Amino acid sequence: MAAMTTSSVADRLAELRGPVPSRHHDARTLAALTANPGCTRRAVLDAAGVDKRALAERIGFGPRFGQSPFAISRGNAFERLVKSDGGAALLALLRDELGLRPAQDDQGPDQPVDGAGPADPGLIDLSRGDREERYRRTRDLVVAAARDPQAAPLLADHPLLRLEVGGRAAYVEPDLVALRARGRDGSQRWRWYLAEIKSFAVIDGHADPMKVAEAATQAAVYVLAFQRLLAGLGLPDDLVATDVVLICPKDFGNAPCATLIDVRRQLAAVRRQLERLPRIGALLDGLEPDLSFDLSADAAGRPSRSAAQLGEAVAAVRARYAPECISRCDMAFYCRDEARVTGSTDLLGRAVRDALGGLGTMRDVLALSERAACASPGGYDSADSGCDGGDVGDVGDGDLAEAARLLNAARRARREALAQAGVSAAGNGGTGKHGASA
Amino acid sequence: MSALAALARVEAFEAGRAVPLATVRHVHLSARPLVFVPVLMAGEAAAPLAALVGTDRTDPRLLVVDQPRDRDQRFVFLAELARIVLDHVAQCRGETELVEATRNHEQWERHLDAPQLVVPNPGGIEAMRLLGRSARFRSAQGPYPVDPLVPVLGRYLTWFAQDRAPTAGSSVCLALTEVLAAHWATGQSALEDQHLAALLAWIVPDRFGPAGAGLTGPQAAALAEDPDRWPSAGPATDPEFDTGVLSALIAAQQRAEGDADAAHAARRALREALRGRLQPTWDLLWQGLDLLRALPEAGHDEHRWRVDRGRFTDFARAVDEGAPPQPRRESAVAAARRLADLEAAQEAYDKQRALDDPLMLAAYRVTGEAFAGTVVAVDAERRDTSGRTPKPRPRVWLRTADQVVLRQGTKVACPQRPNQRPSIVSVTRQGADCVVELELSNDMGRKAVPDEGSVPEPGESRCYATVLAAEFFPPPPLPDPEQTPWTHGGPPAQYTPAGADHDEDWH
Repeated sequence: MAAMTTSSVADRLAELRGPVPSRHHDARTLAALTANPGCTRRAVLDAAGVDKRALAERIGFGPRFGQSPFAISRGNAFERLVKSDGGAALLALLRDELGLRPAQDDQGPDQPVDGAGPADPGLIDLSRGDREERYRRTRDLVVAAARDPQAAPLLADHPLLRLEVGGRAAYVEPDLVALRARGRDGSQRWRWYLAEIKSFAVIDGHADPMKVAEAATQAAVYVLAFQRLLAGLGLPDDLVATDVVLICPKDFGNAPCATLIDVRRQLAAVRRQLERLPRIGALLDGLEPDLSFDLSADAAGRPSRSAAQLGEAVAAVRARYAPECISRCDMAFYCRDEARVTGSTDLLGRAVRDALGGLGTMRDVLALSERAACASPGGYDSADSGCDGGDVGDVGDGDLAEAARLLNAARRARREALAQAGVSAAGNGGTGKHGASA
Repeated sequence: MSALAALARVEAFEAGRAVPLATVRHVHLSARPLVFVPVLMAGEAAAPLAALVGTDRTDPRLLVVDQPRDRDQRFVFLAELARIVLDHVAQCRGETELVEATRNHEQWERHLDAPQLVVPNPGGIEAMRLLGRSARFRSAQGPYPVDPLVPVLGRYLTWFAQDRAPTAGSSVCLALTEVLAAHWATGQSALEDQHLAALLAWIVPDRFGPAGAGLTGPQAAALAEDPDRWPSAGPATDPEFDTGVLSALIAAQQRAEGDADAAHAARRALREALRGRLQPTWDLLWQGLDLLRALPEAGHDEHRWRVDRGRFTDFARAVDEGAPPQPRRESAVAAARRLADLEAAQEAYDKQRALDDPLMLAAYRVTGEAFAGTVVAVDAERRDTSGRTPKPRPRVWLRTADQVVLRQGTKVACPQRPNQRPSIVSVTRQGADCVVELELSNDMGRKAVPDEGSVPEPGESRCYATVLAAEFFPPPPLPDPEQTPWTHGGPPAQYTPAGADHDEDWH
């Protein structure tokens, strides 16, 4: 089939979604792409702007993750605190802790330095208005700053940036601030620094590494979007620093502390995933023409598609499940159930699947492990595998022989050890003394 | 993830319930463990919300902070917790035993018991670490005085969670999900095993659902994941609970301020709601401990617990003698020493488990670090006559179906005679099998001929592994802290309790 034109892709995606408003990519969903880039199901649903949470609920697998109202209110309170007084405290923090110097400092010692230069409106608010307007104002700000660095404001609150994702525009909102300053590397050029305000604590210089990694990947999305903005304006893309500023509460209090984080690695990953994200058209080409994820309902509240129809549509698009999806993707419970029904080794996690020689299904694992012939290396014939010559995951013949040898050795070692200890292979602690009592 | 453990997960999936990963219990269980289910406020660094704690499964103590953002109430909570934890610690300090002097250590007294804290999951240990950090620098004097027990509690919680919990083989502070997952493989992922109820559902599915329902592991796990039946085991509460129940109850407290009756009712409602959330986890914890208790004790259990008792004795004495609180960040020398300790403990634990448990040893066979088979021939008379006096150097040939990838000269050992460390002379392939030739060089007595029973006999089954022959290397020599070289930051500053420590900013 010929590749679709851009407009036909847009039409097709609109068809898939049905007559409901589209949901958009944000920094969080884009960051998530780097975690599971090979999942067609999510790529298609995200590209079509389908409300995955609502879809999962309709087909009976509603996600359970959410955010506590306490965490949200704490996050908001901390952000307000950091930005209070027009960002004066924030600026002082950035200067003291990171050596970032606002470009205005160059004007001489007689200039006021605590965030109130002559043309400085302090914290400029870009968080109001519709998306187009906010994006335009952000761009204007960058253009103005490039023309006259001295005249531009120091901090911008919630600028809006744009990124091309799978042929469609996605808007991202650098959580918080963009600051124009010189770095402490002593270079004479000023840069934009993106800052991310997070409410998880940095205790004795350490923060939860998972949360830091998540924040770094999200920040990388902003840096990339900013680079695209600069490129679109014909400006060099190194005008935005690849070090982002992470602002978190220090220890157990509310006082903010700032840390520079190098996000070049995450930036490369995000860029690679966005480029690799197969042109959405190619993914759509492989789908049934009448596929639809339409979640709309008529005036009487009758859904236009039944749960069963939606379920079939979801099943028709291939997923790539991993247990980590449970904390990231709204569809995860459905995909987990699917993996369980098909006995996919994905269910047990990537590390287990790798240890099993990459085999795709549990049935194949057990079949291979029980083939005594597999024990002799080299003498293995895949037609003899007892797995119906069917799909045995993404492993080649040589790998299959190696997997068979490994599994067979594992099974034999396990059986012998259990027999030696007098424990039955299927038995467990629960069948003894405590098993029956409920 | 070893291939053996991975295959066990597949077997569990097929069987519809957990399968054993260990044949004996590799942790020590105290007769009276202190079980602790902490819950922290979402979004805050270490704001305790509630806890169930105690040594009596039928009578846990419920501790609740009515206003988790109120600094004073946090320390009232910590003071109450301190009374319980420090009482448990004190009870372990009754009797002592005399430890004879050795070359490096003079004679000393070791406590006959040590405390044991059991929390539901690794998050519980992290909560202990954070509570410990928030408490250990406080002071009974100064602008924000706290109960004098609070800083002592802080030191103990830090010791439990930061010193002992990461040390392999230590049983002083256990996260139940980790211990259970080390003894049983489920048909779900390691990530899902962190959910205590779901993990237990795979091990004892009959306990979930109505009596006699005969659920399978996955069916029981599906029920166990329902937060209304089996609430989160902490330290975070379920977001739905926060939204639907907790925020309203905390708001009710605020509204009731000044009205004694309303405040009392609001407090009681909050306590009941939290008890309801914590009680299921409390019950699961004890069920998990029952399951572990039903396993036979590992051979090295007593040895490892003795180490724990010794470390406890040292630490308790240091606290008595007024040692300063553990620093925010360890000095270079202390960190290097600690790393060496952790590595040595891990090596010792791996070796002990392989000796105590054939299932642990089996994993090494799959990776080629061990081989098992039958002794097919023995030359017990063989001697090395190259030296002045001939030395017995018997040779043993063992036939194995395992793939032997070990090099010539590698030292191995077997559980039947762990101190004897033969080396591999040759490996010959015979059909699908291998014949391994071993030379024995030690642990055969001091006579010209090997002692009776010190050389394997033909027909015997043996499993030789490199892990069992691992030698203990003394840790690298480290300078005294005062001698820390400038490359490592120079000598650390002496600890002096600074004002900033106890009036650290709290909101």
